[in-house]
Amino acid sequence: MIPANFEYHRPSEISAAIGIIQQHGDEARVVAGGHSLIPMMKLRMAEMGHLVDLQDIEELKGIEFSDSSVVMGAMTTQHELIDNADLASRLPILREAALQIADPQVRYMGTVGGNVANGDPGNDMPGLMQCLNATFEVVGPDGRRSIPARDFYEAAYFTAREDEEILTKISIPVPATGTGYAYEKQKRKIGDYATAASAVMIGNGAASIAMTNLSDTPIWSEAAGTALAAGDVDGAVAAALDAIDPQEDMRGPVEFKKHVAGVILRRAIARAQSRVG
Amino acid sequence: MSKMHVKLNLNGEEVEGLAEPRTLLIHFLRENLKVTGPHIGCETSHCGACTVDIDGKSVKSCTVFVGQVNGKDVTTVEGLVNDDGSLGIIQEMFREHHGLQCGFCTPGMITRAHRLLQENPNPTEKDIRFGMAGNLCRCTGYQNIVKAIAASADMMNAQKEAAE
Ligand SMILES: Cc1cc2nc3c(=O)[nH]c(=O)nc-3n(C[C@H](O)[C@H](O)[C@H](O)COP(=O)(O)OP(=O)(O)OC[C@H]3O[C@@H](n4cnc5c(N)ncnc54)[C@H](O)[C@@H]3O)c2cc1C
Ligand code: FES
Ligand code: FES
Repeated sequence: MIPANFEYHRPSEISAAIGIIQQHGDEARVVAGGHSLIPMMKLRMAEMGHLVDLQDIEELKGIEFSDSSVVMGAMTTQHELIDNADLASRLPILREAALQIADPQVRYMGTVGGNVANGDPGNDMPGLMQCLNATFEVVGPDGRRSIPARDFYEAAYFTAREDEEILTKISIPVPATGTGYAYEKQKRKIGDYATAASAVMIGNGAASIAMTNLSDTPIWSEAAGTALAAGDVDGAVAAALDAIDPQEDMRGPVEFKKHVAGVILRRAIARAQSRVG
Repeated sequence: MSKMHVKLNLNGEEVEGLAEPRTLLIHFLRENLKVTGPHIGCETSHCGACTVDIDGKSVKSCTVFVGQVNGKDVTTVEGLVNDDGSLGIIQEMFREHHGLQCGFCTPGMITRAHRLLQENPNPTEKDIRFGMAGNLCRCTGYQNIVKAIAASADMMNAQKEAAE
């Protein structure tokens, strides 16, 4: 449980962080809360010569609100997100999901940026961000660009972010008042990743559905959302189950996961519908 | 790889030491500083026996590198005693309500309960169970841990009232 050695950096400017990454290339990696990366380093599944700690970079912190959107700095912790009453009133689904991630200690350290950048299919925020149609801003040697969450995930641990880019912000459009929402997750115990989870938004003639840990990326199904918007719950569930591709692992065989996915999605839809105001 | 100079404010005292950057805080505390309150149960971020308080957050010290906590305030179970060295309220309530059997999980439980009660001085039983979900105990079945924390909250609130 001792990771390979590395040199530790704690820059206070984003440009300095990018400079260190450019200088060392593949040998450098950023750390946010470290609660996905450090376990991987201990298992020697991740090794790097240079670890760049983002905690002192002010630009990556804070939550801002406008009439139409919420913008969260990448270093916002899950604990800060749960604790923010303004955020909970505008986007209650974020709090509902974050409370189902890991345990209190992990949530004090784990960041939203790390959760979405990690690319682990087990992470809960990526599917949620796809459901909400969030946009990720990254900055690298060639400047800034925005990537829709729905285009970000390519395969397990592969994302549209280049190695030299740092994820800075997550922008989420605020749903119209009265939109129903739910994040439903089946896990074996506290601190476990999902056997199946789903995020649902519904209201004002539109709907959006995303699924977590049921493929090597999160799955946002346009067909499922369209069916649900038309009031066809069975059609929505069928479309979502058609879009996922779960693999057998310690959480169960494929048929079981598909079954759980259907149950969880129906629960999420029912709860979201009950909240339409 | 050269060693880093690490400084902490540990339980109210400035301490320092040299450590490789890959050193986990739990190893730095136990091996370099000989502060053996925080325990190593799993070393894989699951059990909470290594929980310490860092700048007002409960953190599993097996899942942070020394560099990440350099310059910060760290509190361990040793720092939760009264000024005269007697047991603090939560420690005393764990003793009184049999909130421990083998005691291995206890330093992590008490350190986490400390932060929980700072943030929520009037927790329900549900709040306590949810707030303590990152700490595992193989002995007690949790019932008496929950009781000890509820009793600590009552005692702390009574003390606060008496002081006002
Ligand atoms: C016991 C346990 C249980 C857990 N359970 C869950 C769970 O149920 N659901 C869940 O979603 N997560 C879970 N997690 C993971 C936890 O939420 C992580 O904290 C989170 O996934 C990653 O956030 P981090 O800030 O710790 O990222 P880090 O571990 O610091 O980084 C993760 C990866 O993202 C990269 N990265 C981080 N920030 C940036 C950035 N700003 N720009 C570019 N790249 C970046 C890093 O280089 C690294 O590759 C669990 C963790 C533990 C230890
Ligand atoms: S030793 Fe750190 S969580 Fe178990
Ligand atoms: S008292 Fe033995 S592990 Fe908790």
